[in-house]
Amino acid sequence: MSTVAEVRSAPPRRRSIARRKATDLVIKVFSWIGAWFGIAVMAFIVWEVVVRGAGALSIAFFTQPTPQDVTSTAGGFANAIVGTLVITGVAALIAIPAGFLGGIYLAEFGRNGRVATAVRMIANVVMGVPSIIVGVFAFAIIVKPVHHYSGFAGSVALAFIMLPVMARTTEDILNLVPNEIRESGLAMGAPRWKVTLGVVCKAARGGLITGATLAIVRVAGETAPLLFTALSSPYWMTGLFGPGGFFEGPVANLTKTIYDFSGSPYPHWQALAWGGALVIIIAVLGMNILVRLLFQRGKEW
Amino acid sequence: MVGTTVDEQTEMHSQATVVPPRLEVAEDRRGAVEDFDQLPSEISVRDLDFFYGKEQALFGNSIEIKKNRVTAVIGPSGCGKSTHIRAYNRIFNLYRDQKAKGEILFDGANILSSQIDLLDLRRRIGMIFQKPSPFPMTVFDNVAYGLRQHYRMSRSDLSNRVEDALKRSAIWDEVEHKLNEPGNALSGGQQQRLCIARAIAAEPDVLLMDEPCSAIDPVGTAKIEELILALKNKYTIVLVTHNMQQAARVSDYTAFFFQGRIVEFGPTTKIFSNPAEKQTEEYITGRFG
Repeated sequence: MSTVAEVRSAPPRRRSIARRKATDLVIKVFSWIGAWFGIAVMAFIVWEVVVRGAGALSIAFFTQPTPQDVTSTAGGFANAIVGTLVITGVAALIAIPAGFLGGIYLAEFGRNGRVATAVRMIANVVMGVPSIIVGVFAFAIIVKPVHHYSGFAGSVALAFIMLPVMARTTEDILNLVPNEIRESGLAMGAPRWKVTLGVVCKAARGGLITGATLAIVRVAGETAPLLFTALSSPYWMTGLFGPGGFFEGPVANLTKTIYDFSGSPYPHWQALAWGGALVIIIAVLGMNILVRLLFQRGKEW
Repeated sequence: MVGTTVDEQTEMHSQATVVPPRLEVAEDRRGAVEDFDQLPSEISVRDLDFFYGKEQALFGNSIEIKKNRVTAVIGPSGCGKSTHIRAYNRIFNLYRDQKAKGEILFDGANILSSQIDLLDLRRRIGMIFQKPSPFPMTVFDNVAYGLRQHYRMSRSDLSNRVEDALKRSAIWDEVEHKLNEPGNALSGGQQQRLCIARAIAAEPDVLLMDEPCSAIDPVGTAKIEELILALKNKYTIVLVTHNMQQAARVSDYTAFFFQGRIVEFGPTTKIFSNPAEKQTEEYITGRFG
């Protein structure tokens, strides 16, 4: 009678424990350095912008348009702030519904079909296109045919950047919803669209809102796409149409104005540019932190 | 089998047919005393084949699911139990590469026919899944989901029916004051009974249960088993289970699946005390699976 214990061969040679611990330590130290390097760079940028920009923030900064007289120390960034809000808002109105529906198609209906695979690949490629190319594209399809720059052209350029981000984020988030949820909905005799919108998207709504917000934040700080489209303006936007209107004229915006003012030789203008940079950073960071705080906890809900 | 010798193992095999351990089956189980052929069938499956892409998972399954009885489907992992009942409500249609061939007759029509209205089919054949899957909404809205989908009714009628479904699912006492709380804030066992309430609220004829207790603790399992016994007066229940004691405790008829085929089907008492097939015998005595 040969037992299992008897036929066992000699134990294999053990690996060095000291060496394993050393490797562990090295990896730990390097990842620690890597993480803190990133955080330090971020902190340095925020610190620098806060120190230099805080002084420029005043009531006038948020209420008065950009100064045209280089000698005066009056004026603010109000027209640029409003312009950025409008341009980004219209871009979101175009891109978020379209991207959301596209993401639903990719995750729920197209899945691994040929069309979905092609759409997914194109979306990935478009996400990698440099934003200035997108600006030139919007220039070619909107600015050139109508012969004038416009805030709307800027919105289209930004929407073009947001669209694939929104679609892919939506797809990724919907893919996190377990299939049992879909099956349970269908097993109740509900049609597919109702299950998708009323159950699957509802289960993922925290993630979807976070995704949409991050897509907005992603383009809020873009400059290049606006260079060829919204351009900039020292005036208030005067409405929808006409030379100073959203659809027919250049519209002031934060990033392009920061770009112009920071390159100017006038100290007051430079100070305003720092103030504008601070406003953008606060808005972008604030929105990031806000959506994370709101939706991180109730992930399932 | 660390510790036993090769000789002992052979010996155990040769003794297997002499004293197999038996599961106790309640004496009053109807399958033991009634005439199977005289009972009305709720669902008749004829030569059901099932394919995942090119891979065939079910081979010529034929079975009669009797009205107002509990039919247990047992067998080792991957034998096709779940695949089989997932054909009854065509839930597999969610996946493009899955196909079923053959006939599943329900109320005079073939479920697998393209003429079938899937939404109504799924109202009439409800399903409970392995993992409790409450919808991301309140307890009340979960149970009202099917009612709102399939019926027009006044608000008071709706809340009466929700209450009724929760009572029949033996969960009313636990959620009476939590109707407006999220469904997935309940415990696992409660969530599963909530899902049962959601299914029966839509007034189905058949309940398919795909291992409903495998993610539930023993206390929750006992409650669900009690519930199954209570529900069979009104519904036809098909219960897929990994747990043979469970099949023995609650079912009237049992089908043993192995490698996509129905090896044996009969009254639960017979399957567990005197199976005709060697494979069934080996499975229920824990020899494999």
